[in-house]
Amino acid sequence: MRTALRRYPVLVALVLAALFMVVPFVIVAVNAVKSPAEYSANGPLSLPEGLYLDGVKDFWERVDFGQKLVNSVLISGSVAVLAVALSVLNAYAIGIGRIRGRTWVLAFFVLANTLPQEALVYPVYYLSKEAGLYDTRLSVIIVFTVIQAAFGTYLLASVLGQFPREILEAARIDGANKWQVLWRIVVPVSRPTLGVLLVFFFIWTWNEFLLPLVMLISNDNQTVSVALGVLQGQRLMDATMTNSAALLGVLPALVFFLVFQRTLTRGIAVGAVK
Amino acid sequence: MTVTAERAGGRGHPRPAKSAHRQGSSRPTRDSYALFLLPGALAFLAVIVVPFLMNTGVSFTDWRGVGTPEWSGLANYRELMDDAEFWASFRHSLFMVVAMAAVPTALGLVLAAALFDYVGKHFGSRWAAVLRACFYLPQVLPIAVAGIVWSWILAPDNGSLNELLKAVGLGSWQQDWLGDPDIALYSVMGVMVWVQLGFPLVVFMAGLQRVDPQLHEAAELDGAGWWRRFRHITLAQIRPEIYVVLTWCTIAALKVFGAVYVLTKGGPGGATDVPSYFSFTTFFEKTQVGYGAAVSTVLTVIILAVSLIGLKFQTRAEDAEEGVRA
Repeated sequence: MRTALRRYPVLVALVLAALFMVVPFVIVAVNAVKSPAEYSANGPLSLPEGLYLDGVKDFWERVDFGQKLVNSVLISGSVAVLAVALSVLNAYAIGIGRIRGRTWVLAFFVLANTLPQEALVYPVYYLSKEAGLYDTRLSVIIVFTVIQAAFGTYLLASVLGQFPREILEAARIDGANKWQVLWRIVVPVSRPTLGVLLVFFFIWTWNEFLLPLVMLISNDNQTVSVALGVLQGQRLMDATMTNSAALLGVLPALVFFLVFQRTLTRGIAVGAVK
Repeated sequence: MTVTAERAGGRGHPRPAKSAHRQGSSRPTRDSYALFLLPGALAFLAVIVVPFLMNTGVSFTDWRGVGTPEWSGLANYRELMDDAEFWASFRHSLFMVVAMAAVPTALGLVLAAALFDYVGKHFGSRWAAVLRACFYLPQVLPIAVAGIVWSWILAPDNGSLNELLKAVGLGSWQQDWLGDPDIALYSVMGVMVWVQLGFPLVVFMAGLQRVDPQLHEAAELDGAGWWRRFRHITLAQIRPEIYVVLTWCTIAALKVFGAVYVLTKGGPGGATDVPSYFSFTTFFEKTQVGYGAAVSTVLTVIILAVSLIGLKFQTRAEDAEEGVRA
């Protein structure tokens, strides 16, 4: 009984700390549904008197939020698929093919992964202008496919390095060539890991800020993150707008989180210590 | 431009030559796998290697983004040494390392151990999972959105934090959290702790599952209290995770950009400027491309050094652990 009594303070403290983490989301949600009059009368801490959605609706129309969502989904989705494909090809050569000099190749991908984007941003900006790709969603897709694939290669190479050799041998004896082994055996067997990577690449790309900020200047091409960040940076939003912006920014993230919660929390552990 | 074009060409040449050699070698079955690396190699060449070499090359020139860069040797780097803004931005980086690596790792360890040992064991893993999810939530949020949320909460007039302080009778504690040069950096640090905490927590909780419960039971029978078990068993067992988290978080702290852009734009008066934001403004607002490239090159060198040191500690810890198991 004494231990039971001692346990509760720990639980209470943890619950309070967890609440503190979540409270900003709650405050945003509460204030996004207040009318400007209500907000200025009662301040940010009161509960909403009714459901006022015009603020969110106005904001949606003003920034053409639907288009931003489409851009973000298009960019993040393409990057996730392409980066996983590129990672699989690289990792197949390194982890299963065991090509000569693979340690160095792998070291290169690790370095590429830690490289700050600040050291790439200006040349990427300059080169994309030269290539006529500046301010296109394609340019951002290409750049992030490669950046995410650096991590993907690093992770997958070690996973595929432990791929059961017997299966590969059996397939080869049955006459499968390297492509068939890759597509019919390695990819299906590694599907759980590839799924984790897919989710991570999608969310990471969704959240990216610096490069999309530099590369996507026209309103029609901007992602959710960039559009909201730029608006905030201009300091032109009133409280209601800010809360609408925050709410619309939080919602997709919340959806991903609820859908992919398991994948996320497990995947991080896989990624951190392989 | 000629400098970088030559460099890129020089870097590009050995690759095809090497793979041609590989195919002619005695073990073609093994080495023809190199073909699978070809798309990746080309993509990395175009997106990472060439831009990186260009950036490094440009850092030795005087260039404003148009025309031909003029070779200026180490002039940019010499200028950096005397640039108070540059030093300030790196000093602020150290604060970010505290806020994004040191504090979240320490807090994450305590929280992970508490969630795993107390909540997980006595209240069920469901409680632990829900609480863990709450702590992890800010991690999935785009940093731009986190910035919007917090800049509004920390606003001087009508901001939630100031309103809350007033409501509980601490009105005199109200501050212009992001607008006061003496406080802004600490406010940004607080936000970053909130953003970052979930990552170490989740990694540590996963790591704790590896720890043999018998170790804890044995220590408990020997009369070791929670704190001693935490120090001698938990910490010792998940040391590899701690190094990984510290390395990743330190790198993330050195790279922090979005939060500063959205929360303070480096202000007020440069009080929260960080290297990545400093290089960004030098590139795109002052268009001193050569100088900006030098800033980002210094940042790159520091980040690479941190990753190498982190990797070294990590492999050593993993070796040590395997040694114990063997």
